Amino acid sequence: MAVETAPQIEFSKELISYIEEWKTKPGNLIMVLHRVQEEFGFIPREAAIRVSNMLDAPLAKIYGVITFYHFFKLDKPGKYNVQVCMGTACYLKGGEDLINELETLLGIAVNEVTDDGLFSIESVRCVGCCGLAPVMIVGGEVFGKVTKDELPEVLARFKEKG
Amino acid sequence: MAVKNYILVCGGTACESSKATEIFNALTSEAEAQGVADEVQIVKTGCFGFCEKGPIVKILPEEAFYVQVVPEDAKEIISESIVKGRMVKRLLYVDEKEQNKDGFDIENIKFYQKQVRIVLRNCGFIDPEKIDEYIAREGYAALEKVLFDMSPDDVINELKESGLRGRGGAGFPTWMKWNFSKQVVSDQKYIVCNADEGDPGAYMDRSTLEGDPHSVLEAMTIAGYAVGADKGVIYIRAEYPLAIERLEIAIAQARDYGLLGNDILGSGFNFDFEIRLGAGAFVCGEETALLRSIEGGRGMPTPKPPFPAVEGLWGKPTVINNVETWANIPMIIIKGGEWFRSIGTERSSGTKVFALTGKIANSGLVEVPMGTTLREIVFDIGGGIKDGKAFKAVQTGGPSGGVITSEFLDTPIDFDQLTAIGSMMGSGGMIVMDEDDCIVNITKFYQDFCVDESCGKCAPCRIGTRKLYDILDKISKGKGTHKDLENLEVIGNAMKKAALCGLGQTAPNPILSTLKYFREEYLEHIDQKICKAGKCKDLVQFTIDPEKCIGCTVCARKCPVKCISGERKLPHLIDQAECTKCGECFASCKFGAISKR
Repeated sequence: MAVETAPQIEFSKELISYIEEWKTKPGNLIMVLHRVQEEFGFIPREAAIRVSNMLDAPLAKIYGVITFYHFFKLDKPGKYNVQVCMGTACYLKGGEDLINELETLLGIAVNEVTDDGLFSIESVRCVGCCGLAPVMIVGGEVFGKVTKDELPEVLARFKEKG
Repeated sequence: MAVKNYILVCGGTACESSKATEIFNALTSEAEAQGVADEVQIVKTGCFGFCEKGPIVKILPEEAFYVQVVPEDAKEIISESIVKGRMVKRLLYVDEKEQNKDGFDIENIKFYQKQVRIVLRNCGFIDPEKIDEYIAREGYAALEKVLFDMSPDDVINELKESGLRGRGGAGFPTWMKWNFSKQVVSDQKYIVCNADEGDPGAYMDRSTLEGDPHSVLEAMTIAGYAVGADKGVIYIRAEYPLAIERLEIAIAQARDYGLLGNDILGSGFNFDFEIRLGAGAFVCGEETALLRSIEGGRGMPTPKPPFPAVEGLWGKPTVINNVETWANIPMIIIKGGEWFRSIGTERSSGTKVFALTGKIANSGLVEVPMGTTLREIVFDIGGGIKDGKAFKAVQTGGPSGGVITSEFLDTPIDFDQLTAIGSMMGSGGMIVMDEDDCIVNITKFYQDFCVDESCGKCAPCRIGTRKLYDILDKISKGKGTHKDLENLEVIGNAMKKAALCGLGQTAPNPILSTLKYFREEYLEHIDQKICKAGKCKDLVQFTIDPEKCIGCTVCARKCPVKCISGERKLPHLIDQAECTKCGECFASCKFGAISKR
């Protein structure tokens, strides 16, 4: 049987001690994966392999969990991940139009990254700000009652930041 | 000098994202700058509920209620409200329909008048990060009463008396769950809080946890005492970082005060908490799936029985309730089951929190007694439909629920009435639709959600949701047949009977309910191939009336795919083969020359 040998990935000290702390607790996998994603922005394959070794859990189980839950990402998002809420209230108030417009403006589809690595588009589940529908989150900043016309300006602002 | 004014700044997620923190900081530094820092206490509270008009700032004791505040208003708020004791009139809430020029105080705002706040009793009143403020409003008094004056059976009897039913959706009597667990002999039992609020368009639980985290901790500790458990687990969505942070603070403070941990208040009773994060799977709202997720695996449901109350987390007896259910319990203990039962209807006691969203004038979080009519919620509290459009329907219960049409506006809302008219209470999402919304389109949206969220374990749900979606997609493209409508019902009814868990059993509800009340609209899509709301893009066509078009070229310039041609000052033409039906031309024409069909 071929054993996958990947180059060892660097984990921060905090991440390692977090995993050590949770190692003995039952049902630790999801908590550990959250922490890994917090560090890398997604779950790189090498990181999944290292977690598998550290927790002594089969890699298949780890991928089973990662792919089951929407929150975990297998691909690296753009520096500014543009998240458009697709909860019902946002959908009714034009969330889908925002996604279409972003796709045109950035020239990428949902879950893709621009060539310069700056932007990606993600359609997310209800973020619970229904009073502000439609809602969009860029780099952690929440934009409420967004209209299509505002999008070029918002993107330009983040592009300038680089 | 003593504090003479309080300024409450809403710190719920929606207001927070509209700069509540900046407002809080600006108020603090202004108070400092104007030399009144020791006369005023500025508090960041949980959600006020009136999200439409956020961010909200309230001044006590004057009860001035300022809406849509920006950080730049801080200077005036301090100089007028605090230093001079006058109201900042331009910031007061004005009801557009009533046209009161002076603005309202909170007592007179229609949004609040019909509300009764039990679950949200502390939201918008206390600083959720300070345990002392919770204690000052009778917090932990229920725990003390239970530990020293009541036996576990007394607690369960009080709950039974109250008639409290689970607020997560199905409405199962809470006392029965507790009693099942209590009767099982086991070395270990668990108390679990379901805070995996996945229903799109609902945020009651988030606001409760953000605004009043201690009420949930207190209630779960009481349950631990009643059933003989010493460990609580809160399973919460990772998408709710603010709620998680406030829960962590609350747990640490309760431990410091001896309200958690070993030998609570010297009673000999032990209880403590752990927080586990969800990771975005709607099916984990189903209790057996939720338990599998806490155990670290894929959140797939398991058949019941055995029920979690008997065999739950790690195979041990487990009581699971959702956030709103928990938040009711301290008040039931303090005021008694009989008091609770005096509110609401005979078989659904107490109140219900709804997230009122969609095409409504006042979006927000409302708590009303069970039995309140939809008309009161939508028109009195919610202020009616936005932009003067016509009311079409209200969707309750999210992807598991159905629609309520105008003929049922006066039906009292409780668990049984909603089920009787083909919808369900669900967790409390209430989405208002107007004449511009297409029923086929919305139903397709929900079905798409269910396809995505089906865990795939049982065939009726895995295959059924996909088949239903495909049929709806066909209808939305004008390719549906009458046989398709029949098939929707056959598949839907089969899923209701055969699916393993609540997700699959209720996934066809939006379809079955809309087929019952809006069959006409499905038939329009099928027979006439039209979508009156203009939401099903394949059935929409934009055309330019050559008589009305003056050739201003605005539409041609606006068109993102450049499919409109024509000379300046001559009528233009849309190339239907290239048109993406985005509607830009329709919106940009100032001469009414473009029509939508």
